[in-house]
Amino acid sequence: MRIFATYNIKGGVGKTTAAVNLAYLSAADGYRTLLWDLDPQGAASFLFRIKPRVKGGGKALIRGTKALDEAIKGTDFDHLDLLPADFTYRNMDLILGDKDRKATRQIAQLLRPLAGEYDHVFLDCPPSISLVSENVMHAADVLLVPLIPTTLSVRTLDQLTEFVAGFDGKQPQIRAFFSMVDRRKRLHQETTEKLLAERSGVAATPIPALSLIERMSVERAPVAAFAPRSQAARAFSALWAELSVDKDRPDDSAAAPESSLSR
Amino acid sequence: MTPDLRGFQIDADTGDIGGHDPVSAVLDALGQVFGVVTEPGAPGSGARQHTWLDTFDWRLNRAGLILEYEHKNRGGLLLLSKDNTPWAEQPVTSFRPTRPRLAADLPAGPVRDQILKLASPRALLPMATASGSVSVTRLLNADGKTVARLLVDRSTVTRADQVVPLPPRLTIAEVRGYPGQARRAARLLAGIPGVAPARQTGFLDALHALGRHPNDYSNGVPTEITARMPASVAVATLLLGLLDTLEQNVDGTLRDIDTEFLHDLRVSVRRTRSAIKLLGDVLPDTGQYAAEFKWLGDMTTPIRDLDVHLLGFDAMAAQLVAAAPADLEPFRAFLARRRVREFRRLAAVLRSARFRALTDHWRKTLTEVRDAGRPRKGPTADELAVSRTGRMFRRVAAQGGAITAASAPESLHDLRKRCKELRYVLEFFAPLHDPVAYRKVVGDLKQLQDCLGEFQDSEVQRHEIGALADAMLAERAAPAATLLAMGEIAANLALSQAEARADFAERFARFGGPAGQQRVRTLLSRPVQ
Repeated sequence: MRIFATYNIKGGVGKTTAAVNLAYLSAADGYRTLLWDLDPQGAASFLFRIKPRVKGGGKALIRGTKALDEAIKGTDFDHLDLLPADFTYRNMDLILGDKDRKATRQIAQLLRPLAGEYDHVFLDCPPSISLVSENVMHAADVLLVPLIPTTLSVRTLDQLTEFVAGFDGKQPQIRAFFSMVDRRKRLHQETTEKLLAERSGVAATPIPALSLIERMSVERAPVAAFAPRSQAARAFSALWAELSVDKDRPDDSAAAPESSLSR
Repeated sequence: MTPDLRGFQIDADTGDIGGHDPVSAVLDALGQVFGVVTEPGAPGSGARQHTWLDTFDWRLNRAGLILEYEHKNRGGLLLLSKDNTPWAEQPVTSFRPTRPRLAADLPAGPVRDQILKLASPRALLPMATASGSVSVTRLLNADGKTVARLLVDRSTVTRADQVVPLPPRLTIAEVRGYPGQARRAARLLAGIPGVAPARQTGFLDALHALGRHPNDYSNGVPTEITARMPASVAVATLLLGLLDTLEQNVDGTLRDIDTEFLHDLRVSVRRTRSAIKLLGDVLPDTGQYAAEFKWLGDMTTPIRDLDVHLLGFDAMAAQLVAAAPADLEPFRAFLARRRVREFRRLAAVLRSARFRALTDHWRKTLTEVRDAGRPRKGPTADELAVSRTGRMFRRVAAQGGAITAASAPESLHDLRKRCKELRYVLEFFAPLHDPVAYRKVVGDLKQLQDCLGEFQDSEVQRHEIGALADAMLAERAAPAATLLAMGEIAANLALSQAEARADFAERFARFGGPAGQQRVRTLLSRPVQ
């Protein structure tokens, strides 16, 4: 099982649209995929038309009184399931901090039993630096960082890279990608070119700022599902293809798609 | 109670609900509660073709198994279910389900592993093929979210160039996290007129549409006689059943599908010959038929002997101690070559006018007896059963009781024949006997027959190996290592024969001693049905 997490300290940079579309593309490739909507706003849950509610709330999940797999819902798409958001996730830091031991590794532990059931897990993380985001970073194999190509965003990436480098043991691979790119803006163009030239770990495929991506909230579906030939769908496909050919994946053998037959 | 989500069908006789397409009526009913969106190209939808496989004698079905080949775009899938629950599956490529193939010739995999022992040495045959399509309809909640799916499978079978539709089958597929909605949809389905829980599997639907039913072939003795039937009618009925079995096996024998067609054909001939010999006096003159069935039996013997060698070849080779199994390979090749030659001879017999005349005239003779009804005098079936079974038992008891350690092997061979005849008489009249008493007697007899069979078969096989070795030498097809290995096999057979001889006294005492005699008296004294 390979865990991807979309993360940025800033909100409104395209984390959820990336998580929803990349999870959809992963499932369309035949990988058994789970998306966990950790953001109490429940945007990813909304986009899949699933009520942002978990029986017992975040506390029941984190404390283990409700098993993660009991809360999972099937989406409308083959191979793609969703663990919905819940408004109680707003208190997730308190719940996670309740146990003083290994407070930053609890999400990783909760996901472990799902290893046989899913090939890919996507964590859609709320913005900010918190115990939740720290848990997500420890659980993830790959941190997908959407960047609006501005100087401040680059600074954020630096801070994040430095923070992860301080982890003991396993460190997630950081894969940044440009999000909400406006080709008409000179700053966007310059920052994109500069960063691609100077940094490794930045995906070459940008996700453009397109009204069709905003339309996801009206259609309540991934762009590739309702506009499969659109520029937006093509951009997410190219990004997913770029992420899929990473050579340094920690558990390639476990990522092979399995039969969809449930007999 | 919520019905099983998987099990609905639209009844063929009530399928036309209110003059509309029955599936439209189903969608209308579900549409009262759910949003209903048919989804072309959804996973699980589209054309589908299923072929169900079993051996000619339904070995899988008798063991509660259903083997199904599902045709896919690339390759296909073998699905094995046990008591209607999925048990094993195995992807296969280049698999033509219409071509009979031995279970041993299936590609390695979990399905083959589960059925190999059960089905061998028989071939898997296509019992029914259903073709059609599956449509998938999404059932949506108020948010437009898919909460369940309706799968409609519409298939047909082809019977004598006629396309016969099967009852459409409906399945509600649950979406994870929404079990209540799936149950709700199932309850709605259950309430629609003309929609009923499926009474049987798709396999049975397909078989019935083809005018067949499972277990429509058995190599057992036909059981259609009753106690009060005139003996002549009962014997004619029995022999007609044996003739049916014989004829059912001709095509499979001629196509050389597997060795058991010929074996079952031979068993029918042997039973027929025994019935003529032991019970034929209640029929019009059967002398010419006895001779003709002897001819038929003799014609089938050489190839069956070769089959027995070939079927047991690996087990025989595994017993070698001094020689290596590979040493025997020229012997296997020789047997296979001989089999080709003998098969041609057998095929000529089964296609001959003489064979056709035998079966046609025999059927006509027996049918006349059966349809003539009650003769003016003569015994009933139960009277015949008691008198002939008692007589055969007394004969076996006397012959067996006279055998001592010093008796010649021929006396045991002769006793084996009598035991076989007794067994056949018991089987012929099995429906008339008390089942418990019957099982006890047959159980003892079978033990004795196994011992006598081992004794004689070991001897016959040993002599055959000697004769085959001569033939191989004559054809210059016998390397020294092969002859030595064959010698070792012959020695092993001699040991088996000696062991069987040593067991004989005990086995016979159990069957023919006081307790065995009492069991037979009980069998024959209990009122027959």
